[in-house]
Amino acid sequence: MSETRTVVAKEFESIVAGKAPGVRRRYLKDNLARWVVWIGGLSVIGALLLIFFYLVSEVAPLFGGASLEARQQFVPPGAQSSQTLYVAAEEQGEIGLRVAGDGSLAFFDLYTGAARAQVSLPLDGAALTEVAEISAADNLLVAALDDGRVLPFKHSYRVSYPDDKRLIEAEVSYPDGEVPLAFSPSGQSLKSLVARDNGSTLMLAAVETSGDVVFKRFEQTESLFDDAQTTEGPLLRFTPPIPADQLLLEPLLNWLYVLDREGGRIALYRIDGDDAPQLVGTYEVGVPIDMARYLAGGISIVVSQADGEISQWFPARDVDGEFYLARIREFRLRKDHRVTAISPEQRRRTFAVGDDQGNVSLFYATSGSRLAFRKVMDEPVALLAFNPRANYLMVVGAKGTTQGFDVHNEHPEVSLSALWGRVWYESYDEPKFLWQSSAATSDFEPKFSLTPLSFGTLKAAFYAMLFAVPLAILGAIFTANFMSPEMRQAVKPTVELMEALPTVILGFLAGLWLAPFVETNLLGVFLTLLMLPLSVPLFGYLWLRMPREIRLRVPSGWEAAMIIPVIAVVVWFCFVVAKPLEALIFGGNMQGWMDRTLGIGYDQRNALVVGIAMGIAVIPTIYSIAEDAIFSVPKQLSLGSLALGATPWQTLVGVVLPTASPGIFSAVMIGMGRAVGETMIVLMATGNTAVMDPSLFQGLRTLSANIAVEMPESEVGSTHFRLLFMAGLVLFLFTFVFNTLAEVVRQRLRRKYASI
Amino acid sequence: MQPKNRADGTYDIVVRDTSSVRAYVKSGQPYVWTTAAAIAVSIIVTLALLGLTMVRGAAHFWPADLVLASYQEPGEAAQPVLAEIRSQEDVTRARLKNAGLPVDESREVYTRLLLKIGNRDIGGVDFRYVLSDWLVGRSLPEDATVWEREEWGNLHGFLTSVSVDGNLVKGPEAWGAYQKAQKRANELREDIHRIESGKIGTINFSIEKLRLAERRLELDGLNRIDSPERFLELERKRQVLDARYEELNQERGALYQQLQRDSVTVRTVDGSERTYPLSKLIAGWRPNEMGVPGKVGFWFHKLWEFISEDPREANTEGGIFPAIFGTVMMVLLMSVFVTPFGILAALYLREYAKQGTTTRVIRIAVNNLAGVPSIVYGMFGLGFFVYFLGGNLDRLFYPEAAPAPVFGTPGILWSSLTLAILTLPVVIVATEEGLARIPRSLREASLALGATKAETLWRVVLPMASPAMMTGLILAIARAAGEVAPLMLVGVVKLAPSLPLDGNFPFLHLERKFMHLGFHIYDVGFQSPNVEAARPLVYATSFLLVLVVILLNVFAIMIRNRLRERYKALDH
Repeated sequence: MSETRTVVAKEFESIVAGKAPGVRRRYLKDNLARWVVWIGGLSVIGALLLIFFYLVSEVAPLFGGASLEARQQFVPPGAQSSQTLYVAAEEQGEIGLRVAGDGSLAFFDLYTGAARAQVSLPLDGAALTEVAEISAADNLLVAALDDGRVLPFKHSYRVSYPDDKRLIEAEVSYPDGEVPLAFSPSGQSLKSLVARDNGSTLMLAAVETSGDVVFKRFEQTESLFDDAQTTEGPLLRFTPPIPADQLLLEPLLNWLYVLDREGGRIALYRIDGDDAPQLVGTYEVGVPIDMARYLAGGISIVVSQADGEISQWFPARDVDGEFYLARIREFRLRKDHRVTAISPEQRRRTFAVGDDQGNVSLFYATSGSRLAFRKVMDEPVALLAFNPRANYLMVVGAKGTTQGFDVHNEHPEVSLSALWGRVWYESYDEPKFLWQSSAATSDFEPKFSLTPLSFGTLKAAFYAMLFAVPLAILGAIFTANFMSPEMRQAVKPTVELMEALPTVILGFLAGLWLAPFVETNLLGVFLTLLMLPLSVPLFGYLWLRMPREIRLRVPSGWEAAMIIPVIAVVVWFCFVVAKPLEALIFGGNMQGWMDRTLGIGYDQRNALVVGIAMGIAVIPTIYSIAEDAIFSVPKQLSLGSLALGATPWQTLVGVVLPTASPGIFSAVMIGMGRAVGETMIVLMATGNTAVMDPSLFQGLRTLSANIAVEMPESEVGSTHFRLLFMAGLVLFLFTFVFNTLAEVVRQRLRRKYASI
Repeated sequence: MQPKNRADGTYDIVVRDTSSVRAYVKSGQPYVWTTAAAIAVSIIVTLALLGLTMVRGAAHFWPADLVLASYQEPGEAAQPVLAEIRSQEDVTRARLKNAGLPVDESREVYTRLLLKIGNRDIGGVDFRYVLSDWLVGRSLPEDATVWEREEWGNLHGFLTSVSVDGNLVKGPEAWGAYQKAQKRANELREDIHRIESGKIGTINFSIEKLRLAERRLELDGLNRIDSPERFLELERKRQVLDARYEELNQERGALYQQLQRDSVTVRTVDGSERTYPLSKLIAGWRPNEMGVPGKVGFWFHKLWEFISEDPREANTEGGIFPAIFGTVMMVLLMSVFVTPFGILAALYLREYAKQGTTTRVIRIAVNNLAGVPSIVYGMFGLGFFVYFLGGNLDRLFYPEAAPAPVFGTPGILWSSLTLAILTLPVVIVATEEGLARIPRSLREASLALGATKAETLWRVVLPMASPAMMTGLILAIARAAGEVAPLMLVGVVKLAPSLPLDGNFPFLHLERKFMHLGFHIYDVGFQSPNVEAARPLVYATSFLLVLVVILLNVFAIMIRNRLRERYKALDH
């Protein structure tokens, strides 16, 4: 007997201590469950953090800036013996080209400097004086000879993959034949040769020793059977009003710049056919000019000044529609540094600048920012060349030293001022906020201003809140404070059901039903907005004057149900009288009248439509939270107030609302967060044009709709892609602030109520 | 109204004049009425939206009468019209004048009708606005017929003759003969469809798999010279499949030939006669001779077609079955992901964590997750799931498919994962609420009997909270079913060539793209070339989506209410 008792006691002990085999398993399970649940709980924070850090990781590279990573320094073949006139690098950054003063073209390895190939230009006995680019993108150059002739030539690269290894071979070709073309008849030497080819016409221009500018066209006509035939145009000349030191010719052959270095002046000519070029004007830079270059895209020129500044210029129209040369923006080098070389990238608006102290800087024209600055050699920089992909930059010193750099410059377009400020884009006549992420041509200058999108977002949210906040909060007040409990039980879930309504349906109705409806019934809509708030109190007064018997038949708290027919009648009345009224006052077309007399344009899918549709979407959110806040105000507070003789309205305004105001505030915050991030409604109910017009009758484009539209087409890792992520991050942070604020306020309020 | 203090210390009692305007304003009644109106407007808007969607959606299936009339624009020749009247509205004279209509100056407001005239292949347009006053001599001929066609939208006209297997049937028998022939054609078409998308689809799928298997062998370093047997094996399989394909192709060709046999000749309203092969027609009906029961029957028939058939003509006609299927699949997958995490998080918040800073932070996180714009989830899904996870999965497990991505492209798996994060807060909040309502005494009783915490949870708490979890899940499903913006980035397409679930191994294809009801609405309503023609279909799709979402919500609310009642009983 006692033995069994000890056994039982021992068993009991082992159970309590968790040592019995079955019990241990149970405890193990218990612990396991604890861990699993713990991980599950924290995974919520994990998910939020993951989203946040993922967005940040996509956005961060935008602000990384640019860096130059040096390759091995070398002296390219033949650089000691002859002067270097021109350098270039091929697409992959593997092979470089050097055009020497003796007319030889040397191709060499950009990693080691080892010679790859050597070609001599067929100069026909003459000497080479200078080399000019016809088109950097096509590797098309022209050599000027000392007898006034020119020789266009082209360097190209063939890539093949024998044995799966990349092999690049360089070659030189002569698109206009190996015989130099005659340019200047006098046989005298020319300076500052410029040449451009717009696809059908090769145009050459240069400055004669006399100071005259001469130019000539070679038309390339392609007949059906023959090969291309070149017809030579006449040699034309004009005398510029300023000493001509340098010429710049637009790739499309419409504009010609003549630069006076000493005087710091630029003369702009408009070229039109074979007529003499029209002088548009002569513009003062203010200080002497060192040099000037066209940027990629062939619209802007950058001019380096003796004071260490670089300025960007392009032709724009003034208020009268007349062209003038506009000074767009400045880039600062250093006061005591003189620019000795400028080289633009071929596909973006980045340009590299070398100075007399051996420094290289990278600038991005559109954003006006300096991306990088680095001392690369001890001698002045003589020549700079990007490869077409702009991930390699060759720097040649005045003594022939050559240094290559791998350029890491993925996102030059981004700077704070470019994203949020007014930017003067090429071909525009004034600085503007623009979002234009892509276009048909590769020369396109992307316009990444987040301002119009943010403006559109806030505008849509503002009009939506204007519509939703009064309705939702007043509705919540009535439901929580005055409505009979039975009715409340039916009403609250019904409004909350609205929250579940897919926004795509609201957007669809707004875009395809409401927008056309508002367009034809604009006056009716405004009449309703005006009449409804007026007629309701009026009805209340009439109701008060009703005989007692009728009034008492409606139980208190059912006013909302009683007023439904009133609203229906008022709305019906407004739309019925609207048409004849519109005919009477506005000549039958209110939009036309607004446009004529007030100058207000009308878009079918406008902020009014979005405001109503998105307002409907956020009403349930605001209503539900605000109603909860008002309803959970402790009853003893309002009862006390009523007992002291305050009317229900006084109680509400004096006691209930002040107590519940943090809750109402958080409701508005959450509603705002929802309106800001809402996508489908704005996507479908607005025209999605990124205009900055606060008008109620104009469309807009929001950050979220922009993401939805452009994300699928954006190239992964590009600036555009990352900027869309930045828009997402902005939305995320915006709603994060609103929601956190709202939640903190609500948590406080809950504790406050609990203490009352 | 202030009581006046008299010199002798007594008060005058002033009877309040409650009916004066001043008193009315002072009592606060106008404001109360205004608040009442606000909630009334909200309710009206809610119900009106639901009503509008439902009425317009339901109207899509209704066989509208065909009106034969003459459209007499002043100063122009009369045009015969055979059309359905779609809608009417009042328009002011000035607007009509702007549109270039010769309206009479004496009248200010006109009634404008939108007619569906059909016959897009003949007239170029199938919708037309007309002024009601100018549409004269209206009648409803019994034999006016609407044909639904494979392309060019509906055909309106009168049947003159049917050619069945070379025999021409005219007169009153023609209609019966046509219906029989149409039934035969539809059956043939179904057979062809079965061969094309079923059998041939399977063969194409298998051939693609063989190609990948071969590529895999090559990637593994094998080649045809060293180990020919494995390649031969694949080659043999391919030949079998090719032979089977040839066989099916011939069968299909024969069916197509049979399908071309019959045709109808139709007289359109402008008097010309045209012949249409039955292979191009889907169905014909005479709305004017149908009674109300006939129309109701037709309505249900059309509704069934709508939810069971594939779309046609760039989604603007036909059914929406793939969209329904895709939505359901995606939502089910999402449930699998979201349920465990949501419940665990709720359990942690309610049962395990000490109520303090951590739980407050988690609650804030939950609220934020609920508040982050859905498009941001879409971006996250695209960047993290699709490009990062999917891209790495492809590199590790599907090198043979490169450069075509398998999981590194938007698909149903990533969509459901993205929506799982999006709906996580819904499940958490609902489950937490359910857990909070379970009386403490029950837990304590279980613990007192020696059960561990996990056992208490598993045996007592979770079974009781299961309806709450159900509620959360249903709400999550309703939310996911209606969400479109993130899906546009992570896997939805306007037309998916194959369903994510089919008869080809491994049956469930998580990498495939899918169609979705919500996206269907956006796409057809806003991206289709003929919006006017597609509009009824979009309303119908919206109607379906609204119905599903509302029913799910009502269901969830009912479960929740019942749960609350039950716990209330437990409390006492």
